[in-house]
Amino acid sequence: MSATPLLQLDGVSRHFGGLKVLQDVNLEVPQGGIFGLIGPNGAGKTTVFNLTTGLLPTTGGTIRFEGRDLAGVKPHEITRGGIARTFQNIRIFKEMSLLENVMVGMHAKLRYGGLGLLASSGLFRSEEKRARDRARELLSWVKLDHKGDDTADNLSYGDQRKLELARALATEPKLLLLDEPVAGMNSTEKTDLMHEIRNISARGYTIFMIEHDMRFVMGLCEHIAVLNFGRIIARGGPDEIRNDPQVIEAYLGREEDEASNEGAAA
Amino acid sequence: MLEQQLVNALSLGCVYALFALGFTLIFGVLGVINLSHGAVFMVGAYAAVQAMARFDLPLWAGLLFAFVFCGLLGLLIDFLVLRPLRARNAPHLIPMIATIGVAIILNNGIQGIFGAENVRFPAGVVSGESLDLAGIHLTALELGIILLSFVLMAVLMVALKRTQLGRALRAIAESPKAAYLLGINVEGLFFLTSFAAAALGGLAGVLIGLYSNAVFPLMGQPMLHKGIAVIILGGMGDIRGAMLGGLFLGFAEVLSVAYIGSTMRDAVAFGLLFLVLLVRPKGLFGSMQERKV
Amino acid sequence: MDTLNNFWSVYSNLVLTLGTNALLALSIWLTLSCGMLAMANAAFMGIGAYTSAILTMTYGVPFPVAIAAGMAAPALTAFVIGKPTLRLSGVYLAMATLAFGEVVRIVVLNAESLTGGALGLNGIPPVTQWWHVALALVLVLLGLWRLRRSKVGRAFEAIKEDETAAGLMGIDVQAHKMLAFVLGGAIAGLAGVLNAHQTFFIGPNEFGFDRGVDILTMTVLGGINGLTGPVLGGVILTILPEALRAFGDFRLVVNGVILVLIVLFLPKGIWDPARFRQWFARKGATA
Repeated sequence: MSATPLLQLDGVSRHFGGLKVLQDVNLEVPQGGIFGLIGPNGAGKTTVFNLTTGLLPTTGGTIRFEGRDLAGVKPHEITRGGIARTFQNIRIFKEMSLLENVMVGMHAKLRYGGLGLLASSGLFRSEEKRARDRARELLSWVKLDHKGDDTADNLSYGDQRKLELARALATEPKLLLLDEPVAGMNSTEKTDLMHEIRNISARGYTIFMIEHDMRFVMGLCEHIAVLNFGRIIARGGPDEIRNDPQVIEAYLGREEDEASNEGAAA
Repeated sequence: MLEQQLVNALSLGCVYALFALGFTLIFGVLGVINLSHGAVFMVGAYAAVQAMARFDLPLWAGLLFAFVFCGLLGLLIDFLVLRPLRARNAPHLIPMIATIGVAIILNNGIQGIFGAENVRFPAGVVSGESLDLAGIHLTALELGIILLSFVLMAVLMVALKRTQLGRALRAIAESPKAAYLLGINVEGLFFLTSFAAAALGGLAGVLIGLYSNAVFPLMGQPMLHKGIAVIILGGMGDIRGAMLGGLFLGFAEVLSVAYIGSTMRDAVAFGLLFLVLLVRPKGLFGSMQERKV
Repeated sequence: MDTLNNFWSVYSNLVLTLGTNALLALSIWLTLSCGMLAMANAAFMGIGAYTSAILTMTYGVPFPVAIAAGMAAPALTAFVIGKPTLRLSGVYLAMATLAFGEVVRIVVLNAESLTGGALGLNGIPPVTQWWHVALALVLVLLGLWRLRRSKVGRAFEAIKEDETAAGLMGIDVQAHKMLAFVLGGAIAGLAGVLNAHQTFFIGPNEFGFDRGVDILTMTVLGGINGLTGPVLGGVILTILPEALRAFGDFRLVVNGVILVLIVLFLPKGIWDPARFRQWFARKGATA
């Protein structure tokens, strides 16, 4: 067990007008490994990501990354600090090629400035080459390198998610936030992605994922937290969560599918 | 005298409000910044002058004619230009650019037909009588402008708040897709809004033409700029904001001319606008909600 | 050689204007490529024109210095108003910059002692040579071309498509928008300087809303997807009024009709590489 958790949410709440989206959320994502956040629709899971990446301010509580308070830090600074994310409703840049999409992720890491760019200096050229090579490498991790020069607007759903993953990796994060990475995929694609995520985890990235697919989460995550109506109702390993009565009730009361998944997996 | 200035400000403000209302309706319901609204305003003035001069019509007929003529013009613009762009879901700045083209056509077309010089309304269309209320001098024209504007604004507010039609329009302003799914005839209401907004604009054109006794092809341009200032001041898409913003601008302009000097008059609108945008972009009443498309 | 001289004496002004219009179109293209519709470039052009003209006329400053000042002044102005204004998005930004443009015009109109007020500035030394314009155009095109192929160009494109996602890629969105805005202002200022020293006279009404609309039209018409588009648009819209002289008073009406037709039928402008690709692909298939 590492001493300081990589990401720590302490009593975090988020209110919007009279609506309490999150209340007193306590979470610790340890360094290394795969952490899962599950819960019925509308529980507030994506809000946790939005708060962590600085898109929304917290109404209360603190979020700490590597021990540092993230309050008031701008999104692009949070990314440069080592947190990257993918989106529930996929936000790739449709008018750029796959390669360019991933290269955008490397923005902060390219070391040339305005003068070098205008004069096409040696540094500019070598950094651009480095970006291109790295982008190809990352695309090969998700098996999209053969489509590198295609425009991103014609990709299948599954490929779009994989592209987002490669792009997030390009920012060289320490913590990777995945928001429903397998939503909309068929079972072959899901199995593929499961392997890829395991590989990525093996390379040393810490992964924090939000997902609905119980089998996927149980199969991948070592630590799981359950969010319901903005509150954490359970925490632990897959077995504990599977058998937690509160969790079962939360899901039974909401989605039939999840409940039958529970039954099958137990 | 301050009270006198206030009357001037009120009449001017009313016309600004009417113009801004049309502009805001189009923005709120159709989601388009219609930069041809100024040109339509100008066409209204010309339409009234022509109708009254050629057919010897009284003022109320001229107003009615301008109202209907511009309404139809607005409908035509919507049908020919805005509707095809809606059909292919163009990003919102594209229709705006198209309306710039329409404005160029109208402004230069009118100039080509009628020349660039000032045109006046036939003499004696407005009665020279005036009212003296508590020491304030109110001409028949000013009284007419104020009354007509308030009646129209009241009708509009009631229609929007209390009728089924008004609710439908507000639903569309919130989200056209959702409104459509609720069974609202969105396209039909778009047409209606285009008609009404242009009609109001044309009416405002006649009133300003009478008030300043000057009708010329480019009269719509400064009005357009002020209209933009007003709707941002009042909050884009907000009807109440447009009305209050128009009145506010009228007062600000008249008072600044009285106390600062007339050369910077036009700068008042823009200076205010700029400041408001910096300090409170949603305007005095609006909310920055992006339309859910 | 004679025909060349004749051509030049008749059309030199047109060619020079062509160059400055292309620069203006490029200046607005730059801000558009970052997803911003900033309508202040006509005002920036005016600031550049007046600054340089006052320097050369009243203080006899050498041309290169005037050019530098004519680019620095609008750039600085852009920086100052950019800070609060660029926070606004889409429509609000367009309106705010439009408003700013009008404020500038009115201020110029009123600062008579400095700017000559409504009468404008007369007798500006006509020092612009064709090679000034050509060089400026080439340098700007080169610079923008390099920019597009770098991380800055990719950042602009990302911001244009999705600001939030771009920010989460580590891109400082506000800084990049400011860069596009300031650089666009400098280029517009450059065009202003070159134009002022070619026409010997400038007046406040040349730099208002209508000018801004003209510039926008050039860019949208030409095609917003690359550098060729704005230049093409600038060329067409400079030549078009000349070509339309036959229509007399109605030539601007035709102008407006063309604009509407382009918006309706050629949404990405005339120069649209994607459309050409499609077109050629189809032809190849039937050949």
